[in-house]
Amino acid sequence: MAQRPVAIGRSLGYLAAALLLTLLGVPLLAIFLRAGGGVLPGPSDWAALRFTLTQASLSALFSVFLALPVARALARRRFPGRRMMVALTGAPFILPVVVAVMGLLAIFGAHGLLNTLAAQVGLGPWRIYGLHGVVLAHVFFNMPLAVRMILQGWQGIPSERFRLAAQLDLSPGGVFRLLEWPMLRQVVPGALAAIFAICLASFAVALILGGGPRATTVELGIYQAFMFDFDLGRAAVLALMQTALVAAAAILALLVTRMDGSGTGLDRALPRWDSPGGWRRLADVLGLIAAGAFLVGPLVAVALAGLSGFGDLPPGLWPAIANSLIVSLLSALTTVIVALALSAAQSRVVQGIGLLPLALSPLVLGTGYFLILNPVIVPGRLALPVTVLVNTLMALPFSLRVLAPAYVRVEADFGRLADTLALRGLARLRWLLLPRLRAPIGFAAGLAAALSMGDLGVITLFGSADRQTLPLLMFRLMGAYRTEAAASCGLILMALSFGIFWLFDQGGGKSNA
Amino acid sequence: MKHLGFVAGCLLATQAAAQTPVLNVYTYDSFVPEWGPGPAIEKAFETKCGCDVVFTAAGDGAALLSRIRLEGERTEADVVLGLDTSLIAQARATGLFAETDVDAAYDLPVAWSDKTFVPYDWGYFAFVGNAGEDHPTSFRALADSDTTIVIEDPRSSTPGLGLLMWVKAAYGDEAPEIWEALADNIVTVTPGWSEAYGMFLDGEADMVLSYTTSPAYHVIAEDDSSKQAVAFDEGNYTQIEVAAKVASSDQSELADRFLAFLVEETAQGILPTTNWMYPAVMPAGGLPEAFEQIVAPGKALLMAPDQAEAARSGALEEWRNALSQ
Repeated sequence: MAQRPVAIGRSLGYLAAALLLTLLGVPLLAIFLRAGGGVLPGPSDWAALRFTLTQASLSALFSVFLALPVARALARRRFPGRRMMVALTGAPFILPVVVAVMGLLAIFGAHGLLNTLAAQVGLGPWRIYGLHGVVLAHVFFNMPLAVRMILQGWQGIPSERFRLAAQLDLSPGGVFRLLEWPMLRQVVPGALAAIFAICLASFAVALILGGGPRATTVELGIYQAFMFDFDLGRAAVLALMQTALVAAAAILALLVTRMDGSGTGLDRALPRWDSPGGWRRLADVLGLIAAGAFLVGPLVAVALAGLSGFGDLPPGLWPAIANSLIVSLLSALTTVIVALALSAAQSRVVQGIGLLPLALSPLVLGTGYFLILNPVIVPGRLALPVTVLVNTLMALPFSLRVLAPAYVRVEADFGRLADTLALRGLARLRWLLLPRLRAPIGFAAGLAAALSMGDLGVITLFGSADRQTLPLLMFRLMGAYRTEAAASCGLILMALSFGIFWLFDQGGGKSNA
Repeated sequence: MKHLGFVAGCLLATQAAAQTPVLNVYTYDSFVPEWGPGPAIEKAFETKCGCDVVFTAAGDGAALLSRIRLEGERTEADVVLGLDTSLIAQARATGLFAETDVDAAYDLPVAWSDKTFVPYDWGYFAFVGNAGEDHPTSFRALADSDTTIVIEDPRSSTPGLGLLMWVKAAYGDEAPEIWEALADNIVTVTPGWSEAYGMFLDGEADMVLSYTTSPAYHVIAEDDSSKQAVAFDEGNYTQIEVAAKVASSDQSELADRFLAFLVEETAQGILPTTNWMYPAVMPAGGLPEAFEQIVAPGKALLMAPDQAEAARSGALEEWRNALSQ
C-alpha cells in the first residue's frame, strides 16, 4: 500500500466503509445461503432478547454515568500518579473475560473480600449472582472505556476556553453549562452506544454472573445454534437480530449527538485554572479513590492468584506467547490503518458503521469465513490471516471511536491551514495527521493489540495443535484441572496485554491524558 | 504482504511432509496439549505405522462435530476422536462417518455393538465436593438440602448436557419437578466445565458437576485427597467417548489401523492418567491405585443414542422453564 500514493481524503474513508460492510455482510450471507434461509426465532429467543436488552441498557447507563465524575476529576485535577491512573483505567477492558470474572469473584464472590469483611461486622453474605452481578461485571469492564472516551472529550476542549473561564471567574456551574455540557452532548451518546453494543454480545459473563438460564443472552443462542444444534439458519437470524440492535443504537446515538464542537484553539496544554476547591475537591478525590479501588481490586486478586503456579507452567508457554504477540501486533497494525482510513471519511454515518462489528461475534464471522473458504482451500491453513482479520474487525469499533473524533478535530483546527499549504495525500498524513494524532493512534493501537492478545477468537474453527495462543493455553490448563498454572497463565496474559497497551499508549506521547 | 508470507509458509510446511502418509485426526481441545493423551498416542502409533499423525483441535466434542459438518465431504479429517454418546445420533445422521471392523473385549458399563463408533474411554458424571463433608446422595436429597452446586449449561457444554440426560433418565416425566426443586441449590450455570470447576475450587459452591474420576486427578497429580465424588442412589449417568472413521478419508486403511490401535493395550494404558477417564478395555497392568479408590456408582444410567437425541430438546425446554422462574 505504501508504494502507491493514496489520497487521504473522504473518498478513501467511504471506500474503507464499503469494504467493512462487505467484510461483515458476506459472512452472514454465506451462513444464510448454506442454511437455505433463516429460522424464525422461538419464544426462548425473544426471552433472551429481552434480557439482553435490559442488561445491555443498564450496563451502558451505569458505566457512563459512573464514568462522568471520574473523567471530570481526571480532567481538572493534577496529582502524582495521574498518568498511571489514566493508563490503568484501560486494564479491565482488555482482560480476557474468564480472568476478569475470577478476579471479580475474588472480591465479590461468596468467599470474596467483600463478604469476608462484611461477615466480620455481622453483615452479608451478599450474592453476586443475578442481574446486578451482570451489570456490576459489565461496569467493571466498560466504565474504564467510558472514562477514557469522556476524558478525551474534556481534553478536546481547547485550554484557552478554560483559561477564559478562569479569567471571567465562571462558577463551576457556568463552566459546565458553557463548556462541558456541549462537549458531553457530543461524546456521551457515542459512549453509551458503544458500551450498549459491547454488552449486547456478552455471553460468558452474563451466564456465569446472571446465575442461570434467566440470564440467557442472544449470543448464547448463537453459540448454541452453531456449536450444539448446528442450526445455521437460526444462528444467522439471531446474528441479524443483534446487528439490528447495534445499528439501532448507533442511529440513536447519531440523532442525539450534537456536533457543535468547542471551536478552535492553539493546541496548547495549560494548567486548569478553574478547578474548584472546597467540597468539590474532596468529592473528586473520593470519586477517584473509589473508582481506583473498584478497578484495581479484582486485578490485584488476579495477580495474587497467579503467583503460585509459575513452577507448573508447561514449556509450550513460550511459543504460545510468541504466537499471541504476532497476532496481537499484526492486528494492531491493520486495525489502526483501517480505523485511520475510516476516520478520513469524517462522517458520523461511517462512525456508526464502525460499530457494527460489535454485533457480529467472532463465532459468526469465523463461521462465515469458514464457509466461504472451505470450497477453495482448507480453512485451517489460513488460520493466521483469518484470526488477524477477525481480531481487526473486533477491535475496530474501539479504535475508531478513539481516532475518528480526534481526526475530525485536527481537520477542523488545522485543515484550512493545511489546505493553504497544499498539503495533500501522504504529505498531509505525514506532516499534519500523524503528528497531531499520535496520542489517539497510540491509544487505539494499544487497545487493538491488547484486545487481540486476550481474545480466543476463531481459534476453535481455524486452530490446530501447533498454533497455540496464550488464552488457548490458559483454557487448556483450566480444562485439565491445572488451575494454578492457568491462573499464572492468566497473570502473564494480563501483564502482557497491559504491557503492550501501556507501551503503545505511552508511545503515543504526552499531549493527551 | 505479511499475510501472504505466512500463508505461503503454512502451505510449504504442509507440503514438505507429504511424502509419508498423513493421518489427520480431529479431536477436542483437551486431547492435544503436551500433558494430554495426544502426544503420547501420536508417538506410539507413529513408531508402528510409518505415518505422520496430525491432530487438529476443535473446541469440545460438540464443536468438533459442528466443525466436521461445516467442512462436509471436503474435510481433511480421516478420523474424528472425541464425540460422546449424546452426540452419536447427530453424528450418524450426517452420513459423514463410515463403518469399521474394529472390535475389542470392551469393559464398558453397557454392551457395545456399534460398527461405526469405537469407544475408547468412559466415565461417570458425578457431583464432586470436599471430602469429609456430609454430601447428599440423591437428587431429591440434594434438592432438600442447603448444599450449593454449580453446574454447566446443557446448551453449551457436554457435561451440562450429560446432567440434563441424567435427570431425564432417572426421573422421566418427573424431571421438571426435580429441576424446580434444585433451582435454589444452583448457585449459577457456567458455559463450560472449566469455569464451573474453577468456581468450585474457589469456594463459590459446595459441589460441582464433574466426573467420578476428578478426585483421582488431585490424588495422582497433586497428592491431594481432599476431593470426593458422590455416587447417587438413582445411579450416575455414563459418558462413553468414541472415535470414528470419516467416510471421505483417503487413508481409510490407516484410519482403521489407528482405531484398532486406540483400543489396544498401549493407548488404553495412556488414557486414564492423561484424559482422566476409565479405559474402554482394561489394560493388563490394571488401573492406577488412585483409580481403585474412586467411588463406584451402584447403577450406570445411559440413554441409547437415538433415545437421547429424541429426548434432548424436550428436556432442554423443561430445564429452562424450571430454572427461569
